[in-house]
Amino acid sequence: MTSAVSFQKASRHFGNVRAVDAVDLDIAPGEFFAMLGPSGSGKTTCLRLIAGFEQPTSGSISIFGERAEGVPPYRRNVNTVFQDYALFPHLNVLDNVAYGLMVKGVGKAERHKAAEEALSLVRLPGYGARRPGQLSGGQRQRVALARALVNQPKVLLLDEPLGALDLKLRENMQEELKSLQKALGITFVFVTHDQGEALSMADRVAVFNDGKIMQIGTPEDIYQRPRTRFVADFVGSSNVLPPDFVQRYSGQHRWGSLRPESIRVGRAASGITSGEGVSARLVSTNYLGATTKLALDADGLRLHAIVPAGTALPGEGEAVVLTFNREHLHLMEEPA
Amino acid sequence: MRSDGSQSAPLGLKIAAACGLLFLHLPILLIFVYAFTTEEKSFVWPPPGLTTQWFAVTWNRPDVWQALSLSVRVAAISTAIALVLGTLCSAAVSRTKFFGRETISLLVILPIALPGIITGIALRSAFALADIPFSFWTIVLGHATFCVVVVYNNAVARFRRTSGSMIEASMDLGADGFQTFRHVVLPNIATALLAGGMLAFALSFDEVIVTTFTAGQQQTLPIWMLEELIRPRQRPVTNVVAMVVMLVTLLPILAAYYLTRDGDQIAGSGK
Repeated sequence: MTSAVSFQKASRHFGNVRAVDAVDLDIAPGEFFAMLGPSGSGKTTCLRLIAGFEQPTSGSISIFGERAEGVPPYRRNVNTVFQDYALFPHLNVLDNVAYGLMVKGVGKAERHKAAEEALSLVRLPGYGARRPGQLSGGQRQRVALARALVNQPKVLLLDEPLGALDLKLRENMQEELKSLQKALGITFVFVTHDQGEALSMADRVAVFNDGKIMQIGTPEDIYQRPRTRFVADFVGSSNVLPPDFVQRYSGQHRWGSLRPESIRVGRAASGITSGEGVSARLVSTNYLGATTKLALDADGLRLHAIVPAGTALPGEGEAVVLTFNREHLHLMEEPA
Repeated sequence: MRSDGSQSAPLGLKIAAACGLLFLHLPILLIFVYAFTTEEKSFVWPPPGLTTQWFAVTWNRPDVWQALSLSVRVAAISTAIALVLGTLCSAAVSRTKFFGRETISLLVILPIALPGIITGIALRSAFALADIPFSFWTIVLGHATFCVVVVYNNAVARFRRTSGSMIEASMDLGADGFQTFRHVVLPNIATALLAGGMLAFALSFDEVIVTTFTAGQQQTLPIWMLEELIRPRQRPVTNVVAMVVMLVTLLPILAAYYLTRDGDQIAGSGK
């Protein structure tokens, strides 16, 4: 099967800066694919390579089997939802949405009908006569989405589309985007620095760092089985355990990771440490509503644990014993 | 903006403001009054009598019409050249980063900071060196040097406020470079170009110094007025022409002012 988007050793260097460095990537048709990484990790440049705003310095990119190098953005069947939405302030909402059809020479009546339909799709029917300046941030976002979807792209690129929205709106949009993608069957490629967003929305996630992909996998894969310390730390702040520590529990001299919710915290039984547990000191507690996050100090090793709200907790500064199931300790591939 | 519009200014400030305005505008009123005087050899105050005959006299003077037509043509063509060059230059400077960008920006603005006399002398020696005879086109070239600056400044300010991703969005939606310019760039910079163009037109229309160095025998309107003041014959005609020039230059400048003011709001609303 042809990939929707395929990178073969694709690089984009700006002088000495390797924004994207020899990336291999295959995105399947109809997939909801997230590119996750800190700012400057190359994820947005990757998106711009697909859109055609950047050309690879080496390697090749193909979109549905067609070579994309040298093809300008306006000849690609790919549309983008921009981070700042980039709506045209001099056009009303309907003409904004119909823009792509207008430049393709579609007649006025027909393109306005299609634009109305696209606006209904993003649940903004009847907003066509307004100016972008009269809309709220969430509404502008929907207009930007409609403007891209009206062209029936093969791949829809979304550049941190939810970054500027407040939390409640963001959660609504996450669900909506996901159901929209399921309904339309279009390949979505989504750039974000928010690991929660990537995990909850995407079918597969690529974690970027320093222009390279650290790991590609399903959200469960990335979350439960991080391959490197960077992924473990960036995706949901796992406890990264040094090889010496890991050796004591698994017998292997490798870096390990342990989810904060896998750690059980018990009171130190009158100074006697059991052979199983790790003795530690509770540094601070951080109430998060449904859960409480504990910062712990195990002989110089900083650990985090997450316990359900309502758990009886020792006081700050007290000695505690930490236990966890051995199978929850994940060994990473990264060499020690 | 106005922080407290309702509060009235103290009396002393009002008087000072009135004096300032009088100082600025009384001489101009005087020009208007002299356009109606019956005394034609010199300006006497108070005017011995009032008449409107000078309007008819001016209307029938072919030299006035020649000078006016030359000025309008020069201003129109210099403005047209400035609009093309100024827009291209501002687009290059604000859209891309390249080595020497700041220098180019400074060099473009320099002609308006330079005294006109230097621009004039420089152009005159350059024309002489290149063996270019003085003509309509040498005047146009001279005026274009400072007209470009006005258009450039207006366009650069507008480009800085328009989001760069808008152009990318247009390309992304299938518009090629020309369509993007036509449907996205031009509508967004149109008011800035109109304002810059009007300002450029007004600047060219009343330019004297550069013109004296780049014109041959031809007289633009301001040059014609200077000559008229030296020869005392039908002097109020000059005043009538002065009134017309004032109106011709004032209206575009006012329009430019209002257009750019509204333009700010348009550009701001997109954010």
